[in-house]
Amino acid sequence: MLEFGIRIPRYWRGKPFRYRLEGFRCEECGEFHFSPRLVCRKCGGKRLRRDKLSERGRLICYTVVKSASPSFEAYTPYIVGLIQTEDGTMIVGQLTDCDPEELHEGMDVEATIRRLQTDGESRLIAYGYKFRPAIQRP
Amino acid sequence: MPQIRDAAIHGYGGYVPRLRIKATEIARIWGKESGEVPIKEKAVAAIDEDAITMAIEASRYAIRRAGIDAARIGAVHVGTESKPYAVKPSGTIVAEALGIGSNITSADYEFACKAGTEAMQSIIAMVSARRIEYGLAIGSDTAQGRPGDALEYTAASGAAALVIGRETRDAIARFEYSVTYVTDTPDFWRRSYERFPMHTSRFTGEPAYFKHTITAVKNLLAENGYSINDFDYFIFHQPNVKFPLTAAKILSIPLAKVEPGIVSDVVGNTYAACSMLGLVKVLDIAKPGQRILMTSFGSGAGSDSFVITVGEGIEEKRERAPPLAAFFSRKKTIDYGMYLKMRDKIRV
Repeated sequence: MLEFGIRIPRYWRGKPFRYRLEGFRCEECGEFHFSPRLVCRKCGGKRLRRDKLSERGRLICYTVVKSASPSFEAYTPYIVGLIQTEDGTMIVGQLTDCDPEELHEGMDVEATIRRLQTDGESRLIAYGYKFRPAIQRP
Repeated sequence: MPQIRDAAIHGYGGYVPRLRIKATEIARIWGKESGEVPIKEKAVAAIDEDAITMAIEASRYAIRRAGIDAARIGAVHVGTESKPYAVKPSGTIVAEALGIGSNITSADYEFACKAGTEAMQSIIAMVSARRIEYGLAIGSDTAQGRPGDALEYTAASGAAALVIGRETRDAIARFEYSVTYVTDTPDFWRRSYERFPMHTSRFTGEPAYFKHTITAVKNLLAENGYSINDFDYFIFHQPNVKFPLTAAKILSIPLAKVEPGIVSDVVGNTYAACSMLGLVKVLDIAKPGQRILMTSFGSGAGSDSFVITVGEGIEEKRERAPPLAAFFSRKKTIDYGMYLKMRDKIRV
């Protein structure tokens, strides 16, 4: 039987991006990488520096997940969207604090941090970024 | 009791989840009269939220208002009675999520609904003692009430955070005095491995909430020479709406000075965040020079009372993050079934 639990070392290593949208940007072509790399996957450049994506962006498109793997079953139905952050980087992330009928292409979204999943056996909680409709002033 | 030296609020933030359940919906399920409910509605954390995620939300706004590099924060203290982990600190997750460095002190505080102001006390002391430049004091809770219990109408979710540092001209507000009053009182408790708290109606009101709240306020006024007229706002812990208004009546405080700090009518009792959210709501409207008396209450039992004077920095800094009213208007009402799912009350 397949196991769908959290791989704890992998979760721990991924904290900078999952918590703070921090990664590495190629100084030669500007490509953003979510995890440490020696060589840019786009241009082959070797000068990469730490950088952080903007926490604001706009929604490009989305889909609703109704049938999920066991780790995510408790959260169904949930929304996964393609977001373009203010610096132009495209990332995929869950959308929260909204229903599908509230969403539209181009709407302003902002990053927040939420529970992503809970490991079945160890009960470790994996936290990470999700996006939500930008909070508006009343 | 102690005069507070050189400690001020530089940033504040409040967070209320989007989901609400009306008290009349809970009354409908349990066959109670809708006219007897203690509040209008309460905030419910979504299934992907907990005390840690809400602490991060509130702290993010507090740091944004302070306008400081998060790396200058030297302590992250979280007051909560709904820690997601029995053993694993909440503050380290909050610190790492916000880009606060690792050379900090971090602790979770527990004193029922007073845990948030306990965190404030320790951060104020560390700042005053010049152990840290800035510290983050947080109150955050996803309060739990047993289904059918009286607490279920009010036990709610929310968070508030303060960035506290030394006094400067651009500070939002400065702390002047604080008083704490505690006794061993069996009004409310939760044993290890128990999911829901127990409470005794015999002790809930007079011997617990009113005795500690009113004694703390009276001690503070008597020891520091203040009178009711010296304050523009009074903020109390709010297990419901009736208790803080009754405390005000006992102390002869005009209701107009209490009502601006009331949040429990529309978000419920957010436990460790409750009086701190009242402070956030008042700071959203307060003017430089105005004076606030804030008094928390935590079962078990005790009260912290603070004198806070609003500073010149308030006008510019409060615009840097959404006001609490933005979270009051951002809401989706759910029914009792969805509420049970969101708060993990369905076990199969």
